[in-house]
Amino acid sequence: MTENKTKTVEMTCICCPVGCALKAEILADGRVQVTGNKCPRGAAYGEKELISPTRIVTSTVRVAGRKDAVVGVKTASDIPKEKIMECMKALRNITVTPPVAIGDVVLKNVADTGVDIVVTRGIRE
Amino acid sequence: MSRREEEVVIIGGGPAGLAAALSAKKAGCERILILERDKELGGILNQCIHNGFGLHTFKEELTGPEYADRYIQMVLAEEISCLLRTMVTNISLEEDGWKVVTAMNKDQGLLEIRTKSVILAMGCRERPRGALNIPGYRPAGIYSAGTAQYYVNMEGRMPGRTVVILGSGDIGLIMARRMVLEGAKVQCVAELRPYSGGLKRNIVQCLDDFGIPLYLSTTVSAIHGRERVEGVTLTRVDENGKPIPGSEWEVPCDTLLLSCGLIPENELTVGLGAQMDAKTNGPVVNERLECSISGVFACGNVLHVHELVDHVSAEADKAGRFAAAYVQTEGRLI
Repeated sequence: MTENKTKTVEMTCICCPVGCALKAEILADGRVQVTGNKCPRGAAYGEKELISPTRIVTSTVRVAGRKDAVVGVKTASDIPKEKIMECMKALRNITVTPPVAIGDVVLKNVADTGVDIVVTRGIRE
Repeated sequence: MSRREEEVVIIGGGPAGLAAALSAKKAGCERILILERDKELGGILNQCIHNGFGLHTFKEELTGPEYADRYIQMVLAEEISCLLRTMVTNISLEEDGWKVVTAMNKDQGLLEIRTKSVILAMGCRERPRGALNIPGYRPAGIYSAGTAQYYVNMEGRMPGRTVVILGSGDIGLIMARRMVLEGAKVQCVAELRPYSGGLKRNIVQCLDDFGIPLYLSTTVSAIHGRERVEGVTLTRVDENGKPIPGSEWEVPCDTLLLSCGLIPENELTVGLGAQMDAKTNGPVVNERLECSISGVFACGNVLHVHELVDHVSAEADKAGRFAAAYVQTEGRLI
C-alpha cells in the first residue's frame, strides 16, 4: 500500500556494468526494501543510495621532482557523495615522493570521512 | 640487426597481451616475448585511474592501474621476457610456416624475430576528428577523450576549462566527471544517436551525479574559433542522423572532447595479409581465435572492441592457450 511508504526512489545500480534498474523504498516500519536487483550488492547499494549515497573517489596527486607526472589515488572505501569536492580540494596539496607502492596511504581521514587516500599505482625511485 | 627466435611473440603489452602471455606460459611455452611500444606494460589501463575494473576476474573493484599491476606482477613472476619502447613495424610469413616480426628500439636498433606463433594484442585507437566530418578551422582545444585522459591522469595537465563532449562512449563519460573533479565546467555531452553508447552506470555516476546534461540525437555542426576553440554549434538530428534546420544552438567552450568510437589497430594484421572483418574492423578468426594465417592469433580490442577489460583478459587467456597448442603441434623450440 503506497500510503504506508514514506519514500520511493528509482535508480540505476552502479555496482557493475549490468546496471540493474532498482526501486528502493522505506517501508512504514522503517525498513528499506530494494527490488529489481540481480545480486546482493544491488540490495546494499539501493539502501545506501536511498539513505546516504556514497562514492569511491579516484583522482591523482603530484609526484615530487617530476614536472609532468602524477600518480593515481583513490579513497580506500566509499565516502559520502557530498564530500567529493572537499576530498578533491584536500588532494590538491598532496605530493608524493617516490618510491610509492600500491596501497600506500598518502592522506589519512580525508575531509573528515574516516577514509584514507591510497595510491593505485607504484612508482619506482 | 639483431636476430632471435621465439615460440610465441605477443604484440602489445596491455591487458590482452599480458593475459595471453601468462596463459601461453602456463600451457607449457618457454620462449615467449612481449613487444610493447610504451615505456611500461599495462597499456591504456595505466591512464584509466577510475574504478570498476576486475569484478569478474578478481571479484573486486579495482582501478585500471591496479588491474594492470596484478597481471604485470604475474608476468614478472613467470619471468616472461618483454621488450619495452619497442615498435613492431612488420609481420611476415615465411614459406616454412615461421613468422618474422620486425621491430625497432633505441637499444638494439632493428630486430628480426623468427617465431612459430604470433598473438596480435595491439588494442584499438580512438576515432579522430578527421573521421567525423565536422566543418570549421583547426583551432587548439579539440582532443579525443583518451588524449585528454592521458594529459590529466598521466601528466597532470588540464586541456581546458570549459568543455563540451561529443559522443557518449564510456571514455567521454568518464572524462566528463574527471574534468569536473579537476575544476572544469562541463557544459554538456552531445550524442548523435538516440541512445548513449556508454554504460548506464557511467551516465549515473559521471553525468547525473554532477548535473551534466546529456543531449541525445544531437551533434556538433560547427566548431568556432580560429586559434583556440571558442564554442560549438549543437544541432538536433532526425532519425537518419541528419541535422534538423532551425534546431541549432550555440554553446561557449574552450575545449571539445571527442568520444565517438574505437577502431581496432590492425595495420600489422592487414600488412600480414590476414582476412579482415568489415563489421568488427578486426581479423576474421576461427573458434581458436586464429586468423586466416595459421599460427597467428588475435585477442582483445584488436579483434573487436570490448566493453570490459575482464572480457579482454578472458579472451586473451584462450588465445594464449591456443597459441601454445599450436606450438606443441608444430614442434617446440627447446
